[in-house]
Amino acid sequence: MEVFVQQLINGITLGSIYGLIAIGYTMVFGIIGMVNFAHGDVFMVSAFVALIAFLVLTTWLGIASVTLALFIVLIVAMVLTGVLNWAIERLAYRPLRGSFRLAPLISAIGMSIFLMNFVQVAQGPRNKSIPPLLSGEFVLMGGSGYQVTLSYKQIMVWVVTAVLLAAFWWLVSRTALGRAQRACEQDQKMASLLGVDVDRTVSITFVMGAALAAVAGTMYLMYYGVISFADGFTPGVKAFTAAVLGGIGSLPGAVIGGLLIGLVETLWSAYFSIDYKDVAAFSILAVVLIFLPQGLLGRPEVEKV
Amino acid sequence: MAEPLLAVRGVETYYGSIKALKGVDLDVNEGEIVTLIGANGAGKSTLMMTICGNPRARAGRVVFDGRDITTLPTHEIARLRIAQSPEGRRIFARMTVLENLQMGLVAAGPEADPAELDRVLAFFPRLSERLAQRGGTLSGGEQQMLAIARALMSRPRLLLLDEPSLGLAPLIAQQIFDIVRELNRTRRLTVFLVEQNAYHALKLAHRAYVMVNGVITMTGSGRDLLERPEVQAAYLEGGRRETAATGS
Repeated sequence: MEVFVQQLINGITLGSIYGLIAIGYTMVFGIIGMVNFAHGDVFMVSAFVALIAFLVLTTWLGIASVTLALFIVLIVAMVLTGVLNWAIERLAYRPLRGSFRLAPLISAIGMSIFLMNFVQVAQGPRNKSIPPLLSGEFVLMGGSGYQVTLSYKQIMVWVVTAVLLAAFWWLVSRTALGRAQRACEQDQKMASLLGVDVDRTVSITFVMGAALAAVAGTMYLMYYGVISFADGFTPGVKAFTAAVLGGIGSLPGAVIGGLLIGLVETLWSAYFSIDYKDVAAFSILAVVLIFLPQGLLGRPEVEKV
Repeated sequence: MAEPLLAVRGVETYYGSIKALKGVDLDVNEGEIVTLIGANGAGKSTLMMTICGNPRARAGRVVFDGRDITTLPTHEIARLRIAQSPEGRRIFARMTVLENLQMGLVAAGPEADPAELDRVLAFFPRLSERLAQRGGTLSGGEQQMLAIARALMSRPRLLLLDEPSLGLAPLIAQQIFDIVRELNRTRRLTVFLVEQNAYHALKLAHRAYVMVNGVITMTGSGRDLLERPEVQAAYLEGGRRETAATGS
């Protein structure tokens, strides 16, 4: 029982990070029907941006307050990663829109390799780490034997994720910008007939997806304390799995899918074999694609017109 | 007469290598209802979309209010307050009726007036009962009303209506034509109407054009065309005017 609760806590933490990345996949897919395979690497770059920002703030500028540092790091990572993704869309995807369907996909894979190699060359191939911070924890259950703990870092991940998801949800469902995004997702031609600048809306979608990936990247860095150039791939593919599991195109689906993948992964690690945790996560992708291709909250492919 | 609000001059539009419009000339003056009738595939909807820049005219010019808009991007044309209720209605099915209407405000830009909602809904009381419902759950007639209402939200200077009566029960179609007449009378709304339902359209319009295979073949006042035997033969099913009135 204690093990289960502990893995539940760990799984929700990991799942929050997957969920944040998954939103970027699902939004971009929703609006231009493209799987942005570079998204995992954008996440990785954002963790490096956070790392550099964090080191600059703490060692050079001597900011002692962890909360303040975290806040500034988040903002810097979100802004810079947003700019990066904006540029990627402009340079690598937009010129290919209207070309054959696989063209932007191939371009995205190329962009993924480019980002990975660029970071490898610029930052070195080894793990980069930050000093541990927020090291306390609450003991929730179990006195002498197995202790169930909830660390401050996990609380931080939960709170930051919840706040940003709420803000993001409000933006998409309640503002004119979000309405324009949803309109473009459903019918770009009609949206433009109503005066919506579709290209601009697509750009904004990339920036928003990147900003949430940057939140995930910052949380990942703070939680694990290390990051390497190759760390974009596996979380990226798992977040993509999460988006497919939740129903690609569906925003709540991405978050639920992320949480489920995180839970499966941690529970599998606890009860079966930690070596096969990725196998477990990706088996879900295979099973979902076979039996539930539209995902948990997705729409069936064919729509009444 | 002053310069027309919308002037189409020698417009040619292609789909790939197929020439859909072969040099169309057409005027819409401010405050007028102008209709374009023609058979299926004559190029009516193509002209409608060419005015909005999607697809673009490959030759000729589209001039709106003295400004050449031939090469302007579609969303900028919309922001000149040329609103279209397009073929197939194109309601955002997964958005609520209210959100669909709010989308209509985009074209008005900073001049968007949320109070316009009440004025528009006054013409479409059916919609005000359905504001929280998803667009996709509306009936065909309600969707058509929503498409027109959405186009009206930006207080358009020119309203383009593409086959508003298509697939509707005759009574509902009549209602929609009545609303258009009313809008033109009370708000001096300029309307360019494309229809297959020639009888109703010609009765409604001040002036009319007939299009055959991408060229304008006839023009005149609505009443004038209604009387012409060749129009009656081709578009009003001979003498069966009364039955034609019930629409398709």
